[in-house]
Amino acid sequence: MAAAETQFPPPKVLTYPAATPPMLITQGAEGRLYKTTHLVPTRPCALKYRPPKPYRHPILDARLTKARLASEAKVLERCWREGVPVPAVYAMDPAAGWMMMEWIEGIPVRAGINAWLGERPEDGTEAPVVDDTPLVDLMKGIGTAVGALHRTGVVHGDLTTSNMMLRPREAGQANGDVGDEKNAKGKAVEGDVVLIDFGLATQSMSDEDRAVDLYVLERAFASTHPRAERLFTILLDSYGKTFKKAPSVLAKLEDVRMRGRKRSMLG
Amino acid sequence: MALEKIQLEHIPPTYQVYAAFFRDVTNTEFLHTQLLSRNSEFEYAFVDASAVISRLQLLSAVYSSVNALIVGALRTPNVHSEIVVSLSTNNNISEAYRRWGITPGKTKDLIVVKIVLPPANTQDESQPQPTQTPTDDAIWAHLTTNVKGTPAPLTDAELAQATDWPKVRKCYRLNGVPALDRVTDEDERRRRIETLAVMGMALRGL
Ligand SMILES: Nc1ncnc2c1ncn2[C@@H]1O[C@H](COP(=O)(O)OP(=O)(O)O)[C@@H](O)[C@H]1O
Ligand SMILES: [Mg+2]
Repeated sequence: MAAAETQFPPPKVLTYPAATPPMLITQGAEGRLYKTTHLVPTRPCALKYRPPKPYRHPILDARLTKARLASEAKVLERCWREGVPVPAVYAMDPAAGWMMMEWIEGIPVRAGINAWLGERPEDGTEAPVVDDTPLVDLMKGIGTAVGALHRTGVVHGDLTTSNMMLRPREAGQANGDVGDEKNAKGKAVEGDVVLIDFGLATQSMSDEDRAVDLYVLERAFASTHPRAERLFTILLDSYGKTFKKAPSVLAKLEDVRMRGRKRSMLG
Repeated sequence: MALEKIQLEHIPPTYQVYAAFFRDVTNTEFLHTQLLSRNSEFEYAFVDASAVISRLQLLSAVYSSVNALIVGALRTPNVHSEIVVSLSTNNNISEAYRRWGITPGKTKDLIVVKIVLPPANTQDESQPQPTQTPTDDAIWAHLTTNVKGTPAPLTDAELAQATDWPKVRKCYRLNGVPALDRVTDEDERRRRIETLAVMGMALRGL
């Protein structure tokens, strides 16, 4: 099984020579992500590839793939122009099912938070007074990034901590002494939040759509990081300060939660 | 020799990319005529450097054109005209020729790109098939006899001297872009403009 999974043929474009061989990073339901290079060996990029789906009619499949990649690229461009932290688009061939974008250094936010929480005692028995500042800062960073996204009129559609990268700050940009112990521990959750994976993104300015985006993140966060759930309000607080209509989105979030609860009681 | 052979990532090794840069070109009229008459000795992309910001941006256009050739998706007669048009962010071909092509009497600094195709390439039938692959020396000799200008290295620093900033801002819609607000560092600003241009080119016509 595992062997078969790694034997998917790469897209044609990756069969041509490059200074370093492309590396398969993830294999998702919709597509694959490779780390490779754009134009020159010193410019790393992420190549997103949506392979043809054998069960779909080839012409329909090609059209769908093309439309989805085009839509993802357009959203990325729009966000980038507006100053929302997302990867830049480098090159694409929608008909062939691939798009190259800026490689974001670092780790997914999910991994960062888990690494940070991993250092804590499992239960609260003799919980030492720990300084949550680095994680709190990260929560604020996520809230600000999502707020910037919504402000430009884009809703993500699949907000999770896997669809955000934690990009290390360049040397000298970090505040405080790099050497001290507290900082070393904080490293796991230190960095700038970069939003990725806009395959399901849409344009919307409605409170409802934005609130659903936040709700999806809230639920995903609670199940992925149950031990940090209480910090989610910090994220929402900072979101609330990012644009004029943000407070009304937060009010709407209450409704969305209510509906969610009712649905789960019925289901 | 100021002719560069450029190795791009993800291009079949049978395609060769050459590029050169000439400053203060004085015979644009002649060069333009050769293109119009489809003189087969002038299989080049002649690119007006005034709206080219960087080497990377140029290489992006070269890469997407070679890719279009390989997959059979050229939107213009051949890979060389495709390079000129690939610098644009839209599908208006005549506008792209006006902005990035050679304009007699106007073009001053000229980038020349030559793609040498594998022998017997069947995907670009509009191109005369070279009977034998030209040598680097032969290409350079032909260029230096025919382009009246001063050869210069194809570097960002050299390209920057030829940049017409108002034209760049217009071509890549750079006015009122929040991502450029409050960026005071010159290098950072240049990098961002380059990114915006590359991204606009990548999304051409979407
Ligand atoms: N631009 C990027 N730079 C670095 N890593 C990336 C980039 N885009 C995606 N990744 C990595 O690949 C994973 C999958 O990418 P994503 O766009 O989320 O695709 P999927 O639809 O498969 O979830 C991400 O979780 C992240 O680890
Ligand atoms: Mg994802």
